[in-house]
Amino acid sequence: MDIATQAIEGGFADPVFDAQTVFRAVMDAMARPGTLQPLPVFARPPAPLSATAGAIALALCDNDTPLWLDLVLQAPAAVKSWLGFHTGAPLAHTPADAHFALIATPAEMMALDGFSQGTQDYPDRSTTLILQVSDLVSGAPLLLEGPGIETTATIAPAQMPRHFVEQWKQNNQRFPRGVDIILATPEGVACLPRTTRIKTMEA
Amino acid sequence: MYVAVKGGEAAIANAHALLADRRRGDRSVPALRLDQIVEQLALGVDRVMSEGSLYDRELAALAIVQARGDMIEAIFLVRAYRTTLPRFGYTRAIDTGAMLVERRVSATYKDLPGGQLLGPTFDYTHRLLDPELAAGGEVAEPLQRASDADAMPRVSAILAREGLIEPDGDMPQDHIPGDITREPLEFPMARDIRLQALSRGDEGFLLALGYSTQRGYARNHPFVGEVRIGEVELELDVPELPFAVPLGSARVTECQMVNQFKGSTKAPPQFTRGYGLVFGQSERKAMAMALCDRALRATEFGEDVVAAAQDEEFVISHSDNVQATGFVEHLKLPHYVDFQAELDLVRRMRAEHDARENAGKAEEKREAAE
Amino acid sequence: MTAQPTDIATYNFAYLDEQTKRMIRRAILKGIAIPGYQVPFASREMPMPYGWGTGGVQVTASIIGPEDVLKVIDQGADDTTNAVSIRAFFKKVANVAVTTDTAKATIIQTRHRIPEHPLTAGQVLVYQVPIPEPLRFLEPRETETRKMHALEEYGLMHVKLYEDIARHGRIATTYAYPVKVEGRYVMDPSPTPKFDNPKMHRSPALQLFGAGREKRIYALPPFTDVVSLDFEDHPFEVQTFDQPCALCAAENVYLDEVILDDHGGHMFVCSDTDHCEKRREQGHRGHLAPETPPALEKREPAQ
Repeated sequence: MDIATQAIEGGFADPVFDAQTVFRAVMDAMARPGTLQPLPVFARPPAPLSATAGAIALALCDNDTPLWLDLVLQAPAAVKSWLGFHTGAPLAHTPADAHFALIATPAEMMALDGFSQGTQDYPDRSTTLILQVSDLVSGAPLLLEGPGIETTATIAPAQMPRHFVEQWKQNNQRFPRGVDIILATPEGVACLPRTTRIKTMEA
Repeated sequence: MYVAVKGGEAAIANAHALLADRRRGDRSVPALRLDQIVEQLALGVDRVMSEGSLYDRELAALAIVQARGDMIEAIFLVRAYRTTLPRFGYTRAIDTGAMLVERRVSATYKDLPGGQLLGPTFDYTHRLLDPELAAGGEVAEPLQRASDADAMPRVSAILAREGLIEPDGDMPQDHIPGDITREPLEFPMARDIRLQALSRGDEGFLLALGYSTQRGYARNHPFVGEVRIGEVELELDVPELPFAVPLGSARVTECQMVNQFKGSTKAPPQFTRGYGLVFGQSERKAMAMALCDRALRATEFGEDVVAAAQDEEFVISHSDNVQATGFVEHLKLPHYVDFQAELDLVRRMRAEHDARENAGKAEEKREAAE
Repeated sequence: MTAQPTDIATYNFAYLDEQTKRMIRRAILKGIAIPGYQVPFASREMPMPYGWGTGGVQVTASIIGPEDVLKVIDQGADDTTNAVSIRAFFKKVANVAVTTDTAKATIIQTRHRIPEHPLTAGQVLVYQVPIPEPLRFLEPRETETRKMHALEEYGLMHVKLYEDIARHGRIATTYAYPVKVEGRYVMDPSPTPKFDNPKMHRSPALQLFGAGREKRIYALPPFTDVVSLDFEDHPFEVQTFDQPCALCAAENVYLDEVILDDHGGHMFVCSDTDHCEKRREQGHRGHLAPETPPALEKREPAQ
């Protein structure tokens, strides 16, 4: 299949309701950090962009939201033209200009503080990171607490960024500034908003 | 025994049926057609297009008749429709210098290239009610000299040639004009954003503020450099095409106000500008807008902000009549719950007050008796 | 009207266009991530006036889907005119199932009340907010209040509450009583009576706030700390009523005063009409209740 065909195919079959379903899953995940909100396959983007990450981009991005792609996603022209065709989102010049960042290989990603953190006046003007991970059970377990979590929650996402716990602690300390993370797995989405604290697990 | 009132849905439906009946009025009188409104109430249509921010005469006419002639209600109807329309793109900035002018007057020069062109104006009409109009008399064909767009430079350009007026704004090269219908307002705001807000602002509000500057509340010595009304071309850049695509034309009113400025140690003495631009034909609105624009530039010129018309947050936050009417009129919605909360507090405080009062009186009596 | 409507004006499904929904959805996500912070959003004109719930309607329109069941209340009641109107709007433009039953609703849009029936996980409470800025009546300028939030400088609010105490012997704010969220942002709970403030604290439901005219969205995720501002010597307390509901005999609920005649006759009834009806169905009777219990409220099916 050539790039032009790839770019046009694989979008939402029903843009209105698919977008709503994907958004609701992300909203519920953001409101209840650490829970997996299941999502069926709505989008078929070109590899290595995953179906879930692609669907989130379709639901949330448009020409008002500059997008940052990690190196793995920047490489194939098909990913850029698919996102361009379906969302109209411009590519951000720098990670600090991005409203959303799509990260296919979180383990190799740049530091969280390289993205926009928002300002003290407008902390909402920060980058939302969409991380593709294979699952939420095979990585290092993270014990979570904070708004949206009744007591504690535990997830163990695979392929997380290096020194994630330390980086996340710094992200917490920047509050109300800071980035929010959407984890896109083949089964669905989970979120780590900037308010979620990772408690150090006892060895 | 008490039975709670119910039936909101039926009451609303009946109220709306009554509204439709009153809107239609006496059925023996022919119903208004939209083309009649477009043709014969054209300035009302223009105002609805301007403050409704949607250039469509037929929709504006529909809104006017649907609103029973209530202009703010009509503007509201148009706004609530326009907001649902998808955005295809932004036209190039219109060139009012190349306007096909129907009216153009300058108060600063007796004569100038292109001349003074009175056009369709109420000016110099004697405001005497016209019984012939009531009788539906025939109207004679007008006489008009053909205007020559090439020979009608803007007055601001004439002054600028001598360097006697400040340059026409200086946005950075890569500045993308904002869009108040797509982004939340943020204070302080850039002039492009402010002008957009003023252009859809309430005519009456801007008129009153502009008037206040003339009466000394932030006086800015205005001269009407020029008011011009006419058709401007609209062009859209399409990425796939090497040229701009003409979309048609729109009728606009532009006012360039020339204001005095003493100059500073850095800037030479020169005039300053106030700018007004609205859809359709509305000199009053364009002129009031230009007065407000100049007043709102106070900080830019290092002037003291001493009057309402200079206060950006005050002016822009309250200029939108759709917002204003909604919030003023929302006071008629039920507030039982809040009122009960206040009622309870006042009753308790009142009881405490009375208790203190009575205790005081009892004390007085006791003392008097002793 | 017998004339055929023309296609001069047509509207999108669910009224808002998809781009607007995306913009609002992004604002909602930021709001959830920064509890109590007011996210600016490019509020649209809605087909009802500003001040009549346009913020709440935009939030609801952006989150609602075909599986949702919507409840709309105004002053706690499902049958007040504006609640009826907004419910009818969503039935018309989103073809969504509606209910008056708090427990059955997935989305509850409200003006001025939180239902008496405890909310549960999975429910979303959408508040209509007129003035989202809790500091607005102390400082009218957005440029100033934004700075105060950024610097966490809330002294002015405490001074105001303290002046109340000095003048009236108590904090004289009875509704829209300011709260502090997760120890950071001071937030306006919308003009709900302070009676409802404790229900916001660590609620299992997601709470979203929409202010259309003022162009702000803010949020409280479930299980978020929401503390009403007070002083050690003047602790926060809610309203109490001297008598139970005259219809269902409920105590510890918020009551409306109904005037019965012009000789001072009045009675107090539940402001939450659904709660009151449910209790009467269960056989609870107040001293002014009618003989027969009200008919069971049925869930209205989608068209």
